[in-house]
Amino acid sequence: MELNLSSEDAAFRDEVRSFIAANYPPEMRVANPETDLTKEQMLLWHRILHKKGWIAPLWPKEYGGPGWSITQRFVFEQETSRAGTLPPLAFSVTMVGPVIYTFGSDAQKQKFLPRILSGEDWWCQGYSEPGSGSDLATVRTKAVRDGDHYIVNGHKTWTTLAQHADWIFCLVRTDPAAKPQSGISFLLIDMKSPGVTVRPIITIDGSHEVNDVFLEDVRVPVENLIGEENKGWTYAKFLLGNERTSMAGIGRSTRYLNKLKQIVKAEIRDGDPAHLEFIRDIARVELDVLALEATELRVVAQMARGIDPGPAASLFKIRGTEIFQNITELTHRAVGNYGLAIREHPVSANHFMPGPDYGHTASEKYLNSRKLSIYGGSNEIQRNIIAKAVLGL
Amino acid sequence: MDIQFTEEQELLRSSVQRLLRDQYDFDARRKIVASEEGFSRKQWEAFAELGLFAAPFSEDVGGLGGGPLSTMIIMQEFGRHLVVEPFVETVVLAGGLLEHTGSEEQKQGFIPDIIAGMKTWALAWSEKGSRFDLANVATTALHQGKDYVLSGEKTAVIAAPWADYLIVSARTSGHRDDRSGVSLFVVDRRAANLDLQSFKTIDGRRAAEISLRNVRGQLLGKKGEGVGALEACRDRAVGALCAEAVGAMAELNSATLEYSKTRKQFGSTIGSFQVLQHRMVDMFIAHQEALSLMQHFSLSLGANEAGLSRLASGAKSKIGYAGRFIADQAVQLHGGMGMTNELNVGHYFKRISSINIQFGDPAFHLLRFAQLDAAA
Repeated sequence: MELNLSSEDAAFRDEVRSFIAANYPPEMRVANPETDLTKEQMLLWHRILHKKGWIAPLWPKEYGGPGWSITQRFVFEQETSRAGTLPPLAFSVTMVGPVIYTFGSDAQKQKFLPRILSGEDWWCQGYSEPGSGSDLATVRTKAVRDGDHYIVNGHKTWTTLAQHADWIFCLVRTDPAAKPQSGISFLLIDMKSPGVTVRPIITIDGSHEVNDVFLEDVRVPVENLIGEENKGWTYAKFLLGNERTSMAGIGRSTRYLNKLKQIVKAEIRDGDPAHLEFIRDIARVELDVLALEATELRVVAQMARGIDPGPAASLFKIRGTEIFQNITELTHRAVGNYGLAIREHPVSANHFMPGPDYGHTASEKYLNSRKLSIYGGSNEIQRNIIAKAVLGL
Repeated sequence: MDIQFTEEQELLRSSVQRLLRDQYDFDARRKIVASEEGFSRKQWEAFAELGLFAAPFSEDVGGLGGGPLSTMIIMQEFGRHLVVEPFVETVVLAGGLLEHTGSEEQKQGFIPDIIAGMKTWALAWSEKGSRFDLANVATTALHQGKDYVLSGEKTAVIAAPWADYLIVSARTSGHRDDRSGVSLFVVDRRAANLDLQSFKTIDGRRAAEISLRNVRGQLLGKKGEGVGALEACRDRAVGALCAEAVGAMAELNSATLEYSKTRKQFGSTIGSFQVLQHRMVDMFIAHQEALSLMQHFSLSLGANEAGLSRLASGAKSKIGYAGRFIADQAVQLHGGMGMTNELNVGHYFKRISSINIQFGDPAFHLLRFAQLDAAA
C-alpha cells in the first residue's frame, strides 16, 4: 500500500531507495543486528546518513535536520524500515536531541547537538527505576544541589545499550516535598563521571541489551540541567511522545512476514494439513498489517494537512507490538523441532546451531519480542491512555 | 472427578516434594544448567535412590507398579522445579518402549540399570523434514549378521549428549513416510561411526544432531511396526509432559499472584487493577482446566482405554495453549523483571515453550484430534 505521492515525493522516494541500495554497509547484514553488531559496526550507517545530511529527519533545519515535509519524513521512515536498515541511535537522535533543541540552553545546543548528529556521543535513557516502570512519576533518584553541582544518587534500570553510552539523560528528583510530577528535573550526565556503574542484565533470549545503571554521589555540573529545575516531567512527556511514534513497525513486520512465508514453504509440505493452518494464520496477520498500515497512512495524510494525531501513537504501539509478537511466534512454530535450539551469546561461529540458517534466530526473536508489550509504556498503559484521551472514560 | 491419591501415591508426592525443596531450588538448578555437563549425576542418583525411576515400571520388570499416575505425580513436581535431568527421555520414553516392546532379554538387560540410575537414554525419532510425523523416516537399517546397521541423520534429539543408549527409528522397508516398515533399534551412543553435534536448548538442556554411518543396532520390538510403538510411546510422553507443564503453570500463577500483591505502581498494588485481576482469573481458569484434563488423561492412560491416542492429542493441544497463555501473561504481568534471566518466570516460559514443541505443537495435536474423530 502506498501514499498518493506527488511527482517530487515519488522522486524523493526513488532517491532514498537507491541511496540505501548503494550505501548500506554489508557488514551490518547479520543474523540479528540488534544483538550481533559491535558498537563500531552499529555506527557505520549512522555516520553514512550523517554525511548525507539525513541523520535527523525530525529536526528543524537550523539544528541540522534535512527540512523535510511530513510526507517526506514518512517516506524515508518507510523506505529505511522496508529495507531493514538498522535505525540510527534512537536515544540520541529521536529522543534527547529534540529535548535539547526544544528546551535546552544555547550552550547545551552548541555542545551536544553536533555530537549527536555525528554519532560521536552515544546516549542512553535514564528513566525507569526498579520501583518506577509504567509509573515514571515516582522516580526516586535524588539530585541535591551543592554549589554549582548536583550530587546524584540512585539506580536506573532497563537502560538500553548503556554499555556503549557516553552520556545518559536522567529523570531525577530535585524536590522531594513536591507532588510526584512537580519535583522532577531532567539532567544530562557524563557516563565517565566517577560514581557511575553499569551492570549488564541478561534477558531470557540470552542477549545483553539492557543494563542497571548505578549512580553513587555522582557530581553533575548545574549547566547540565535541561530547562528549569522541577520541570523535568514536561520534557519527559514530550520525549515519550516521540518514542512511540514509529512503533507501528510496518516495514519490519512486512519483512518478517515475507521471511515467515519462505520458511513455511520450505518446512511444511503442501499436502500437510498444517500447511493450510499456517497459510490461514499468516493471512490473518497480513490483514492486521494491512489495516494498521492503512491507519498509519491515514494519520500521516491528516498530519500533512495539519491535524493533530492525538493518541494515535498508543494505537500504533499496541497493534504494532502485538502483530510483531504474533509473527515471531508463528516463525518459531514454523521451524518445528529446530525451535528447541537457541544461539549462545556472545554470538560466535564456534557454536554449533542445527538446521537451516533461516531458523537460527527464531527462538531468540520469539523470546526477545516478549518485551515489546512491556516497554515504552506497557500495552495496558497504552489502553488506559486511549480510554481516557479518546473515549473520555 | 478428582483423583483421590492412595497412601503410596501421597508418599511418593511428598518425598519428591521434600527432595526438590531441599536440593533443587532455583539457584541449584541454575548451577546445574551452567555446569559443563549440563545436568547433575548427583541429582540423578538421588532420584534413583528415592525410587522415582522404579515407580512407573511394572513389578514384573522390577518396578513399583505405579504406572502413569506415578509419572504424573513426579512430573508435576519436576515441572514446579524446572528439573532438567532426562527422566522423561530415560524412564518414560526409553523405559516405556523397553517395557512394552522389548524381548525378555532386553527387559532384563536394560531396565534394572535404568531403575538403579546407572544409565540414561534418549529417543532419536525426528529427522530433517519429518516435522512431527513419526512415520516420516529416511534413516535405513540393513540386516547384518544377528544385528542391523543403521545409516542416516536424526535431528534435535533431546538429552542425547547425556545418554548412554539411544533408541533410533529406522526404515527396514518401504518408502519415506510409509506407516509400515519403520523399526526401532537400541544403539550404543558411543558406538563407532555415530557422530553427535551438541547444542543448547531454549530451556537450558542439551540436544544433538546425530549422524549414523553403518552403526550397529539391535532390533527392539517387531520389525516394521515401529510407528505403532512410537505412537503409544508418544501418548505416554504426552502424559508426562502435560503434567510437567501443569506443575510449571501452577508456579507461574502463584508467582504472578504474589507479585501483583506486592508490586506498586500509581500508588496501588497492581493486583488492585481490574484489568489485571481479570487476566489472573483467566490464568487461574486455564490452570484448573489443564489440571483436570491432565488427571483425566492420566487415568485413561493407566486404564489403557480405547481412544487414548486421540485424547493424548487433545490434552497436548489444550494444555499447550493454556500453558502458552499463562506463560505469556506471567511475563507480561512481571513487566521487565519477567524478561530477565535472573528471575525464574522467564525460565518457566521457556520450559513451556519447549514442551509445546516436543512431539508436536498445540496446533498439530488439535488437527490430529480433529482427524482421529472424523475417522472414528
